[in-house]
Amino acid sequence: MDLPFLLYTLLKIVVVVFALLTAVAYTVWFERKVVAHMQSRWGPTRVGPYGLLQPLADVIKLITKEDITPSGVFRLVYLAAPCLAVITALLVFAVIPFGPRTEMGGIDIFQITDLDIGLLFILSVSSMGVYGIALAGWSSNSKYSLLGGLRSSAQMISYELAMGLSIVGVVLLTGSLSLRQVVDNQSGSWWGIIPHWNVIPQFIGFFCYFVSAIAETNRLPFDLPEAETELVAGYHTEYSSMRFAMFFLAEYTNMTAVSCVATVLYFGGWSGPVFGPEALQTVLPLLWFFLKVLAFLFVYVWIRGTLPRFRYDQLMAFGWKFLLPLALANMVLTSFVQAVRYGG
Amino acid sequence: MQSVLPSLFFYALATMILVSAVVTITRRNAVHSVIWLISTLLGIAGLFLHQHAEFLAAVQVIVYIGGITVLFLFVIMLVNLDEAAKKKQFAGQWKIVVICAGALLAELGFFIFKGAEGFYFAEPAGGSLQPNTQLIALALYRDYLLPFELASLLLLVAMIGAVVLAKKDLK
Amino acid sequence: MSNGYFENYIPILLLAGVVTLLAVGMLLLSYLLGPRRPSKEKLAAYECGVMPTGDARQRFSVKFYLVAMVFILFDVEVIFLYPWAVIFHELRMLGFIQMILFIGLVLPGFVYLWRQGIFDWSETDTSEWPDTPPVTLPGVSLVVPNVVQEATPFSGGSQ
Repeated sequence: MDLPFLLYTLLKIVVVVFALLTAVAYTVWFERKVVAHMQSRWGPTRVGPYGLLQPLADVIKLITKEDITPSGVFRLVYLAAPCLAVITALLVFAVIPFGPRTEMGGIDIFQITDLDIGLLFILSVSSMGVYGIALAGWSSNSKYSLLGGLRSSAQMISYELAMGLSIVGVVLLTGSLSLRQVVDNQSGSWWGIIPHWNVIPQFIGFFCYFVSAIAETNRLPFDLPEAETELVAGYHTEYSSMRFAMFFLAEYTNMTAVSCVATVLYFGGWSGPVFGPEALQTVLPLLWFFLKVLAFLFVYVWIRGTLPRFRYDQLMAFGWKFLLPLALANMVLTSFVQAVRYGG
Repeated sequence: MQSVLPSLFFYALATMILVSAVVTITRRNAVHSVIWLISTLLGIAGLFLHQHAEFLAAVQVIVYIGGITVLFLFVIMLVNLDEAAKKKQFAGQWKIVVICAGALLAELGFFIFKGAEGFYFAEPAGGSLQPNTQLIALALYRDYLLPFELASLLLLVAMIGAVVLAKKDLK
Repeated sequence: MSNGYFENYIPILLLAGVVTLLAVGMLLLSYLLGPRRPSKEKLAAYECGVMPTGDARQRFSVKFYLVAMVFILFDVEVIFLYPWAVIFHELRMLGFIQMILFIGLVLPGFVYLWRQGIFDWSETDTSEWPDTPPVTLPGVSLVVPNVVQEATPFSGGSQ
């Protein structure tokens, strides 16, 4: 505990947050582009080559727009809600390992911190994510916002159960809650070809995790809280300019976080073929991690471009009557198989 | 610095808990109270962390902040605040309060008067090399297995109770 | 010993600080850079362009509370599973039996909730509704559903 440690850590955090914000901005571009091509359109093309500067233009536009604070709102809560959404979304990245343990100046540069309870940390931070949305809905003093916020909170807590249960399967295989150990546990391969990834024994768990994670992040086909055909824009109806953008940012950060967690838990994290000179060997794991996360983001967009929205009663029934029992069955099955493997 | 830091954390957390607890009960706006309650609970989670009880800290956040307080918020979000503001904020049961607080203060005063021998200073959990979660797991699933299984009965009763209370037409 | 422990959590504290600064900074920046031309209509709550009626705070379905309550109970159960899963390699078959017992005791509650219709969000029983006519695309099917003919409200009245 000394000053260099603090400074290095701070530097690392700033770099991670900055990289993350850039990545999130380009996730928006990526989504617009991919969805556009799925719908035979071009997507953003005007700002920069292939519209690559579009995120920058968006940010400038959103910052210089007028902040409208509607007259009936509860001002402090109304302002705190988007902050809360952004904070809880970004805090998840504290425990995600982006690469193998690589020390520089005594601290690990590819992970902000490796907690013994890393998985529970992620769950607890995401369980606090409800508040940004619920408080936004409440403080706006608009019917659409309140309904959207209420629906969204009920949806998020419902799917949190299935998510928590599906992760238990991974913990059963790993025997640890530390994310780094989860990844280390997935190194190696079966017969030298099939990687030792958790997704193979845990494909039901992975399915449950990913579906409930999509619901947790309020993305299509579970984007009921902002179903524009009935709720205008849901909990952020009354938000404009940067405050709206902060909810937007939180949503895409959550998407990225879910993709990272899915990569770590089920797809071996940074593991992949490593070769070449030493410098390349340090960078390659990061590249594999990035590519896997990108693949998940693509699936997100793909699902958005393909599936229609659920009805609210269907959504609740799906979560409680299908996903939860399925995750439970998966957990029981996994523990039985593990018990047999350990032998008595 | 190393020895000062933990106690610094402790006093910061204690201040956070006390201040937000007082603000929680004195706010007129119930949603503000909930936000301050969250801050109190976060502080308590911090205290658990401070005591090396990582698992309990996580449970504190997941169950209390992510579950129970959300339920509070659901109830309070739908309260008409204009009407609530007209109601009396404190129920006027000050006699009972004075007796309870007096008893607590007397106890506290007694122990402070007795000095260090009156306290049992607990070692931080997880003194061994095992992570805290495993220690708790061993305690739960080996030493206190029966109470643990009985806890599930409690959950069952609570589930049925919730339905019976909230639903009018039981099938 | 405590040194390493606290070092694990200080980065989280720092991250929380950085992120909070970022969030507040974003709010401030747009506050400073954006124009401000408020008007009465602009500041009214959005209600599809008409004047807002009444307050947003009304009574809501009790189901939201029920879902939240049931969530807490299951959440506690799921939390119990985590330490169990962590030391499962020590508990082995005994652990499996323990958990089957635990879940077996809670499961009747889940079935009861299901039977009581806690997870059915719509009040009406849609299973008794008549089947919706099959969707037909022009040129694909020649069968025109008679619903379409009945649906125009003024077709009968004008004659």
